[in-house]
Amino acid sequence: MSQTRSLIDKQGRRTDGRTADQLREVKITVGVVKNADGSAFIEFGKNKIVVAVYGPREVHPKHMAQPDRCVLRCRYHMSPFSTDTRKNPAPSRREVEISKVMREALEPALLLEDYPRAAIDVYVEVLQADGGSRCAGITAASVALADAGINMRDLVSACAAGKVDDKIVLDINDTEDKEGGADMPVAYMPHLDEVTLLQLDGILTKEQFNECFDKAIEGCRMVYEVQKQALMQKYFGSETELKEEAQ
Amino acid sequence: MSSSKRSTIIVEHLRRQQMWDFISKGKRLDGRRLDEMRPLEIELDIIKKANGSARVKLGDSEVVAGIKAETGEPFEGLENKGALIISAEVLPTASPYVEPGPPDEETIELARVVDRGIRESEMLDLEKLVLVPGKVVYTVFVDCSVLNTDGNLLDATSYAVVSALLSSKLPVFEMQDGKVVDTGKLQDAPLTTIPVSITAVRIGDTILSDPTAEEEACMNARITITTNSNSEYAAIQKGFAGGFTRDQIKKAAEVARIKGERVRARLQELTKKAG
Repeated sequence: MSQTRSLIDKQGRRTDGRTADQLREVKITVGVVKNADGSAFIEFGKNKIVVAVYGPREVHPKHMAQPDRCVLRCRYHMSPFSTDTRKNPAPSRREVEISKVMREALEPALLLEDYPRAAIDVYVEVLQADGGSRCAGITAASVALADAGINMRDLVSACAAGKVDDKIVLDINDTEDKEGGADMPVAYMPHLDEVTLLQLDGILTKEQFNECFDKAIEGCRMVYEVQKQALMQKYFGSETELKEEAQ
Repeated sequence: MSSSKRSTIIVEHLRRQQMWDFISKGKRLDGRRLDEMRPLEIELDIIKKANGSARVKLGDSEVVAGIKAETGEPFEGLENKGALIISAEVLPTASPYVEPGPPDEETIELARVVDRGIRESEMLDLEKLVLVPGKVVYTVFVDCSVLNTDGNLLDATSYAVVSALLSSKLPVFEMQDGKVVDTGKLQDAPLTTIPVSITAVRIGDTILSDPTAEEEACMNARITITTNSNSEYAAIQKGFAGGFTRDQIKKAAEVARIKGERVRARLQELTKKAG
């Protein structure tokens, strides 16, 4: 990827006014789809993604069922109106791959052996895409799974870091993704210290790789706090209410 | 929809136990060390009708890659670059578990990860493959067919693409009176770097290089890292339903640089000998 214009100004501000270590604004709302067993809506910068979880439930088709564990199924899909030019609603190869890596990012967090012969379906619908939609999708999906009451080892938090103007920055946005130098999405389970998704496209030296990876992990930790807050909000009310009750 | 059903081969309990016992002693069932790769064999220019071809054997995994260069319109947003299209197919010849039909998600991932390594490293200098900017460019197809599977198709396929490109002779197209003409001459493909993909898997707490199909059936997680000739990272893909600790990732990244250099030298040696 060759870069044509400068994406960081002299004050170190990025195209959307952020500094190198700043996350876009993240907002997660839990329980937004009434019919689902668990759901979440995430706004991650301009990303708007709704995730619905159904299950554990009976597996259809039946032959897919596993005798010793639950089948996890995942669909990442972009709405036709989510992008600049209309996206064909049929699943693209990109979406097939993202569905796969997303499922593999979530699976280590789930105690699938607790639900033999059943299936858990995770539907991730990108209503508006703004770069980093797979990370936002994983983040929301993990909250939706928790909301569905699925037994979990940890939450999965995801965030990307990358290279822009030869500098390592946190949480790449759409412009930086398209015009910048490298993009590295990471999903991480903070308590178990396990990386469950790691991808890279673009060139990074050894030093840049280490910096980028560490920065993405830091980002995941920030996202983790937002996830916890969102779940607390739904099940225990807001923090202030909690404090009032304690008094 | 992507599902967590396992489509790989089934390894018997006793065999699996034996594998774990071996691994705990730092050994593997086929006698390799944990970080040892299988022998790499490359045969070049096996398809005379292609503009470049290679047959790569990595242990018993076998892949054929063939290049066809044509002309066409550039991709949207990449008006001043030639088009590179890399595909991969696991043929029904490859194992008793492959059925003909549309590619499954594993095959789509294979093609996309191999493509990512070649594309992001900018191995092929696409800016040199333009005839009329914005209108007519070279379209280079690299199609890969997996003939036999025994694990680590990601690396085997990637090496096949790289070998085919290294030994390719592209036709020279020219514009004459607004039409594309094949001059009948041949040129070396404009190459800038040699990307090398290195895959490792985790079984329990042990990291193994270049897994066989049997080892892949027992793996917890997989990581594929591609480096370029400057030993910089160009592409990474973690795969399978397990994770790595941060230390394991950093170690795998370092190993990919060291091993990458060795494999790169080997690829150069093998492609030079034949050319």
